[in-house]
Amino acid sequence: MTGPGTRWKTALGIVLVGLMLFPVYWMVNVSLTKTSDMRADPPHWFPWDPTFEGYTAALGQQLPALATSLFIGLGTVALTLALSLPAGYSLAKLRPRGGRTIDFLLLVAQMIPAVVMAMGFYAIYLRLGMLNTVWGLIVADSTLAVPFAVLLFRAFMASIPRELLAAAQIDGASTWRTFRSIILPLSRNSVITVSLFTFLWAWSDFIFASTLNRNSDVIPITLGIYRYIGNNTTQWNSIMATAVIASIPAAFLLVLAQRYISAGVTAGAVKD
Amino acid sequence: MAAPRTIAALDGRPAAQHARPAPRRRRSSQWTALAFLAPLVVYLLLFYAYPLYRNIELSLHDYTPRAFVRGDAEFTGPENYLDVLSDDTFVRALRNTALFTLVSIAAQYALGLALAVFFHRGFRLSVVLRAMFLVPWLLPLIVSASTWSWMLNSDNGIVNAALEAFGVGQINWLTSPDTSLIAVTIANIWLGIPFNLVILYAGLQNIPAELYEAAGLDGANAWQRFRRITFPLLRPVSAITLLLGLIYTLKVVDIIWIMTRGGPADASTTLAIWSYREAFGTGQPDFSPAAAVGNLLIVIAFAAGLVHVHLRREEGRP
Repeated sequence: MTGPGTRWKTALGIVLVGLMLFPVYWMVNVSLTKTSDMRADPPHWFPWDPTFEGYTAALGQQLPALATSLFIGLGTVALTLALSLPAGYSLAKLRPRGGRTIDFLLLVAQMIPAVVMAMGFYAIYLRLGMLNTVWGLIVADSTLAVPFAVLLFRAFMASIPRELLAAAQIDGASTWRTFRSIILPLSRNSVITVSLFTFLWAWSDFIFASTLNRNSDVIPITLGIYRYIGNNTTQWNSIMATAVIASIPAAFLLVLAQRYISAGVTAGAVKD
Repeated sequence: MAAPRTIAALDGRPAAQHARPAPRRRRSSQWTALAFLAPLVVYLLLFYAYPLYRNIELSLHDYTPRAFVRGDAEFTGPENYLDVLSDDTFVRALRNTALFTLVSIAAQYALGLALAVFFHRGFRLSVVLRAMFLVPWLLPLIVSASTWSWMLNSDNGIVNAALEAFGVGQINWLTSPDTSLIAVTIANIWLGIPFNLVILYAGLQNIPAELYEAAGLDGANAWQRFRRITFPLLRPVSAITLLLGLIYTLKVVDIIWIMTRGGPADASTTLAIWSYREAFGTGQPDFSPAAAVGNLLIVIAFAAGLVHVHLRREEGRP
């Protein structure tokens, strides 16, 4: 439905995107600004004379935090998939008793404020000696994703034709074998969607990191930025450079995996 | 909301499966089903039920940091709740929560809907441009929050510099009690627009095109088509979008904490921020009142959640 009559819409669309993404532009702009120009009045609208001192500082100081976040993100994805794939299969195809109750509990679980979860985890981790550990953070971060993952897998797996599973059964495949050889390969796209979201949520987590990991030497990038803000408020170019680097996974998702994102956002929220 | 997440939900399909006749080897297949489900059940008990239980326990005792380590806190019953409810901060936090939440979801919804309608009929570059709108939602909250902090900085912020060009004097967005709640609400609206856009856009796609064609033949103008077709048919999706927005906005901590820490003088303190600050925000953690505030928040969120589940049930059945 493109034509000459819609050219104004394209123009307006570009203006709207410009307005919406101005903060992102500003982040990049500030990250390239010299420290001496940081307090210029009025601020420099364009990085005419870009400097990479912000990025040098950011990479020099935040590289370990980026590695930690990467590890936590991948760990959270692994844990989330290990828990939710079999559960989704069971709820979708194996008709466990109490399945409806689990559905309901998963919906409710998504409504619990993270600050409440953080307090509960804090109390438990204090006893177990799991405060300030990467493993503790992986478990806590997985609670952000598991209910979503199970419900998404269940909805997807319910659409796998019953005949396919029946055929496998006739061939003598066990339930486990059916799960591994039929369900998992067919669920590839939903596994990608769940993995991407889980990674992004774990990567972006601030509440659990700032409560369960706040006295640790091994901190994720979100806490790295937070401490940065607290420590040297003059070096906003370094802070914004770190922010730009921390946004790379988001950019990656947007460019390479956009269709999986839309699939995830609308999953369940709008019925087909 | 902090960028609202998605909520996957019941789609009604498995309901039909539950009603089908039982398979032959019923007992053994039940065991298999439970075996696949068991890790999740254990996980839910350990990492949802138990933290929630601990949270209730915290709110019914007087936990000092010392008692926290030793585990010998005094049982005080509802005292923490009474303290919280009679605290001056409670009224202010409740008012701020209501303002922050309602203004955020109303603005996010209105802007998201306008954009969804704008993008509904494809045009050159519309797919790419629509995808760009997702950016704020994908960025880590700390990134967005610190960027907004610097943009709204009193002396060096770009917002004040731009306003100055129009003759507006310096506004202390984050440091004045008159504007800090407005500042965090603006940032939060920005964060929530993508979610509303995506959901409402998907809802628009489900409205049959023939309806618009018929209305066009009858001479309906764009506004009439929106009023008579789009808006009424989008009602179920709108209701769900607003409710999810409500549930998520109630629990926002990151964005406010990073930008203002709830200040100055509680001017941007919501219930979630209050709870976070009592427990983790000061040198002196005070878990018992924090847990009490958190539990009040849960009650509010669940009330909204029940409405959500109820709406889904109504929508889920043909």
